[in-house]
Amino acid sequence: MKFKRILGLLCAASIFLVATGSAWSQEKTVKIGAVFPLSGNAATAGAHTKAAIEVAMDIINNAHPEFGNFPLAKNAGLAGLGGAKVEVVFGDNQGSPATGQNQTLRLITEDKVVAITGAYQSGVTLTASAVAEKYGIPFVNGESVAANLTERGFKWFFRVTPIASDIARIYYEFLTDMKASGVKTDSIAIIHDTTEYGVSVANVVTSAFKEKGQPIALDIPYAINATDVQGQVLQLKEKKPDVAIMIAYTPDAILYQKTMQALDYKPPMIIADDSGYSDPSFIKAVGKISQGVFNRSSWSVGPAGSPTALIAEMYKKKTGDDMDDTTGRAMQAFFVLCDAIDRAGSTDPAKIQAALRATDLKPDQLMMGYKGVKFDEKGQNILASGLIIQLQDGESYVAVWPKAGAAKTPILPYKGW
Amino acid sequence: MSLTLLQVIAGGLLLGAVYALFSSGLTLVWGMMNIVNFAHGDFVMLGMYVAFVVYTLFGAGPWLGAPLAVLVLATLGVVVYFGLIRGIMKGPMLAQILGTFGLALLLRYSVFWWFGANFLSLPENLVGGTFDFLGLRIQASRLLAGTVALLVTLGLHFLLTRTSLGSKMLAVAEDSTAAQLMGIRPDTMQAIAWAIAAGATGLAGALIATFFYIVPTVGETLAIVAFVTVSLGGFGSVPGALVAGLLIGVIESLSAYLIGAVYKDMVVYTLFLGFLWFRPQGLMGKT
Repeated sequence: MKFKRILGLLCAASIFLVATGSAWSQEKTVKIGAVFPLSGNAATAGAHTKAAIEVAMDIINNAHPEFGNFPLAKNAGLAGLGGAKVEVVFGDNQGSPATGQNQTLRLITEDKVVAITGAYQSGVTLTASAVAEKYGIPFVNGESVAANLTERGFKWFFRVTPIASDIARIYYEFLTDMKASGVKTDSIAIIHDTTEYGVSVANVVTSAFKEKGQPIALDIPYAINATDVQGQVLQLKEKKPDVAIMIAYTPDAILYQKTMQALDYKPPMIIADDSGYSDPSFIKAVGKISQGVFNRSSWSVGPAGSPTALIAEMYKKKTGDDMDDTTGRAMQAFFVLCDAIDRAGSTDPAKIQAALRATDLKPDQLMMGYKGVKFDEKGQNILASGLIIQLQDGESYVAVWPKAGAAKTPILPYKGW
Repeated sequence: MSLTLLQVIAGGLLLGAVYALFSSGLTLVWGMMNIVNFAHGDFVMLGMYVAFVVYTLFGAGPWLGAPLAVLVLATLGVVVYFGLIRGIMKGPMLAQILGTFGLALLLRYSVFWWFGANFLSLPENLVGGTFDFLGLRIQASRLLAGTVALLVTLGLHFLLTRTSLGSKMLAVAEDSTAAQLMGIRPDTMQAIAWAIAAGATGLAGALIATFFYIVPTVGETLAIVAFVTVSLGGFGSVPGALVAGLLIGVIESLSAYLIGAVYKDMVVYTLFLGFLWFRPQGLMGKT
């Protein structure tokens, strides 16, 4: 009898300890879900983003006074939650919209994350964010540009990156400037895959140019993960456009550059739309035969000792690769989300949502070259912006436009190899 | 006929020869033991990585990479046969499918773990760059792969129809009990078949690596084409795979150029399904 009572007391005590223990640890960590393509054909992008988020966690969770006024860096953890540490649970969306949906569901229902970031491909972000919307969990996206993502009337979806319409404007203004300096830009070809991302950017760019009185001369859609792109390249070679706008993920981007070289075709100007052409492994694989490719970007390393230079250094140390625009935009979104949680001072999703709505970050509080972060009622950052970079030496991109932020002048025509 | 159109056809033929090259191993395994190897694309991928490692370590092109890839993959083929295939052949069809599929994932993610997710590439001029031939641009690396594809197909065909080893292998495929009574060891023959099939696949990988990107998931992209090639050519028929490969290559290139790249798969698969409707055993398959 006595033994049973002691046993009962022990049980009660241990339950109490476990309960208080978990409550204590819940206070001390904030769980955030991150859905990225960690395997599959976009795994290189997923792996880079994961590394970048881990660097961001290091900056947030440890004291980094060298970052100056950069949000969340100075002290260890989130000050608004009594120094709570940020913990990220990764989900592998495999680059598939269905898997992205399932992983988001798992993160919300099993891992009980308080907010989510992701999911690289626009098509995957589309489905993953719909799950978060249903469960009332904030979803902050940093890298998907398909226009329709913020046109769904969602209340829990926030997007930090410039989107297709911003991109179209950047391209149009850049080409107008080039034309003024004597470069021929009359006929434009768009080569794009048929994913959510490829179609959205191509459509928005096409209609934006048409509005300004410059119709797109040639539109070449193709199915993603091609085994061969000779047909497309020969079509370009025959039609001879002045400008080729390439919208492709990494595998196809590599294949296009290889095939152009094999068929000895150099468009006078190639503008690549980020994604595949920004992938560091793209530059390593075919940078030397892609010299002179233009690209859009919002990332620049900045002067030594600046927060961006410090981030670039930490990232390079971790991965061996240079920070690229896509990875940087994803990392920026993670900072924006953590900043909102910090200001919310709570892990309640509704309070985080309210804090996200009230976000007003200035350029010096950002790692990307945006004019700031401020969301409209659709959840889109209205201060997102970008610049044009060029792969002049085949090894690293340099900013070439607009003049204000340019490190070098654009080199034309496209050199190739 | 315009020069561009000729270029499209020439490119299509070379592409088709490569399709045939990486399909021959798949069709051989099917012909020998009625097993569909779902890890086939990942065998190609391993061949590509062997070529890449050989290039990084010794700076050597496919003249060293290709034989090594054959060796490595042939060994792997034997190991896979004794370690996996021999067991699951006794099981139900589903076990075979899931067994080789599991192997595919194991290979893919082992490479992923070791080499990372990055896209790799061999230098463009590793096999003589590109040259002009009667105004056509021919890539030496694709020409080499195409030529080897022809030789491998002829070699395998010769092996199966003209040599005693080939007859023994076919005998085992036909009726392994009867073959055993005649003094042929089915195990040895099937292990040899796996070695040859995997070796040919490794060779294909090493040659494709000279003009394609290398990444752990590349097998997924290539395997679909291999399955279509093999079923169009007739499961088990090596010459069938060659003809089918060339056909698919040319049809793909022509439809991409004339109709549009986005429709090329539609054209290929519509023709493919239409053809199988009338001739389900494929071009040269047995009924």
